[in-house]
Amino acid sequence: MNVGALAAFNLIVRRELCLSFRRPDQLLQPLVFFLIVTTLFPLGLSLQLSLLRDMSPGVLWVAALLSSVLSLDALFKSDADDGTLEQLALCGQGLTLIVVAKTLAHWLVSGAALVVFSPLVGTALGIPPSAFGTMMLSLGLGTLTLSWLGAIGAGLTVGARRGNVLLSLIVLPLAMPLLIFGAGATDRAISGTDAVGPLYFLAALCVFACTLAPFAATAALRITLE
Amino acid sequence: MNTVADGLSVDGVHVWRGDRHVLKGVSLRVAPRQLLHISGPNGTGKTTLLRVVCGLLRPEQGQVSWRGKSISSIRPEYQAALAYASHEPALKADLTALENLRFAVGLKRRVEMDQLRASLEQTGVAGCADLPARVLSAGQRRRVAMARVLAMGATLWLLDEPFTNLDTAGAELMSDLLRAHIEGGGAALVTAHHTLQIGAESHRLDLGP
Repeated sequence: MNVGALAAFNLIVRRELCLSFRRPDQLLQPLVFFLIVTTLFPLGLSLQLSLLRDMSPGVLWVAALLSSVLSLDALFKSDADDGTLEQLALCGQGLTLIVVAKTLAHWLVSGAALVVFSPLVGTALGIPPSAFGTMMLSLGLGTLTLSWLGAIGAGLTVGARRGNVLLSLIVLPLAMPLLIFGAGATDRAISGTDAVGPLYFLAALCVFACTLAPFAATAALRITLE
Repeated sequence: MNTVADGLSVDGVHVWRGDRHVLKGVSLRVAPRQLLHISGPNGTGKTTLLRVVCGLLRPEQGQVSWRGKSISSIRPEYQAALAYASHEPALKADLTALENLRFAVGLKRRVEMDQLRASLEQTGVAGCADLPARVLSAGQRRRVAMARVLAMGATLWLLDEPFTNLDTAGAELMSDLLRAHIEGGGAALVTAHHTLQIGAESHRLDLGP
């Protein structure tokens, strides 16, 4: 009996989560990077609290982008290296479904984990708790969009040697709007003004990425599979 | 050219890899209850041909058909009917043999754990079911990969060098499994360096220069 798309989607997400938790070092690496980079700033600017508070949205967002990009390289590469990507491509479920499931699972263990730990980082950077809601929402939308951009980049660079450098070069320029609107939203929340404008932009970018990026990433992956 | 109504047919397939003309107009037919042994020295395009037949690689020229229809027009149906075992065993090192089978076969068809364990037993690696693939020997991995092919319950087997890393008993087991598959109405395309002694209807295609 054939397997439905939803059951297949669940199975791939479970596979990815299972694989991530079997390798805690790889799972924690981006998160630890995020925590360390952001806590280094307060140590360096300890006497200038007001300066730190002004810089905190930018610091938070740059660290979040860099740590997300760090984990993107493994999205398709490990499967391509051991031959399981070919098996996935031939499983009869369509490559787009596999790309969507793998990308969402990747976001769950990278982006969503970052969102969960962001209040801790926010406290270290002197962000008031009243701004945590907006900060977490903007990070959630931003990292999800970034995972999609990353899926396209990872699909294109899967066959390349030293693909991770190339991947950063492809993804980071595209992530600039995320940085601008994400840091903007957090900055407004800190100063107590309405952050809805930049959040709408982030949400629009996220919807745009969620609807179009799966097809672009599938096409990129199909090219490299050949 | 006629196509095989209930089997696989490949017509005039040309593949270039950069400047290299790897496959120069290869044509073949595999009907049910038939095995096609693809032989030839290294670098003559055996793996490339198998990847073309799978649909992983699109040929620059020529066509691959399954039951009379081009495989690109019936991709899901075709993929459900085939089981491909590449040169690498394609196992995740961090997952156990059984989990590897569950995630690979589970995407193709609904399958119970008992069935997966049974296919591991058939290939003689039941004892490795709960060991991570990382600790298995190359031969054991090959057997687990073969168990995956068995568990998929596919009509068409596409096996790339299935005898690599197998000991004498493993090679015999592999031949037995192939014979049983062919006699049970299946079809198989196998690349191998040495001569195959399957004892079922088998043909040979030499890709030599």
